[in-house]
Amino acid sequence: MTARIEKVSIVISKGSLDGIYPGLIMANGARAEGIEANLFFTFFGLDAIHKARHEHIKLATVGNPGLHLATWVGGLPGISSVMTHYMAHKMDQLDIPSIPEFVEMIADTGAGLYGCKASADLFGLTKDDLIDQVKDIITVGEFYDLAAGGEIIFT
Amino acid sequence: MPTATYAGKNVDVTEEGFFTDPNQWTEDMAPQIAVAEGIKELTGRHWQVIKFMRHEYEETGTGPTVRVLGKTSGVTIKELYQLFPSGPAKTAAKIAGIPKPRGCI
Repeated sequence: MTARIEKVSIVISKGSLDGIYPGLIMANGARAEGIEANLFFTFFGLDAIHKARHEHIKLATVGNPGLHLATWVGGLPGISSVMTHYMAHKMDQLDIPSIPEFVEMIADTGAGLYGCKASADLFGLTKDDLIDQVKDIITVGEFYDLAAGGEIIFT
Repeated sequence: MPTATYAGKNVDVTEEGFFTDPNQWTEDMAPQIAVAEGIKELTGRHWQVIKFMRHEYEETGTGPTVRVLGKTSGVTIKELYQLFPSGPAKTAAKIAGIPKPRGCI
């Protein structure tokens, strides 16, 4: 066998559906390969582990050319909800878990979930606002300590 | 094609050590493959997963992912990782003599 990745630390910095899933898939996939994984939620990425918000993550329909919609359509009231609903339906057919279920599953794989202190301070959040699986709210310096010796992936 | 010897028989495996022909696998090979994967002793819980992997492979032609295992094998995700720390689906597939599962989730 050639070189092997032993450990990854994945930063999730965006709060949209399409901003959160890739990092979750990479973390879950790492654990499935026996790779140690930590997830660090920063800025709007904190919504993925926010008790009141993680069930309401939406697909970004404005400024998202990948949807191939006219720009003005993306901004119409309710379009983001409709597109999110459509995407959730497609994902369900493929047995891709919802964000709350996926995050819980990733915690069960033994991956570490952490919130970013600067972002939590900025949004006035404490550990009580975050789901129980979150191990701690940590500083960027503590994140680098955790990430030491592994790869860092920013999403 | 690399080969490996389990329970005194030569079998064909991939570079990663997965069986290329699941028909060459017999139950008495499992403990030896497990030891090579860092699992000293196969418990009843391990066997529940291994047999489930075989069953799923025979039914669907592919091994289940960790998510599917967690939902349908009767063993939770948490316990799966305790039983197979280097990756439940991957390790159990190797011990069960079936190809590596290819799902992303």
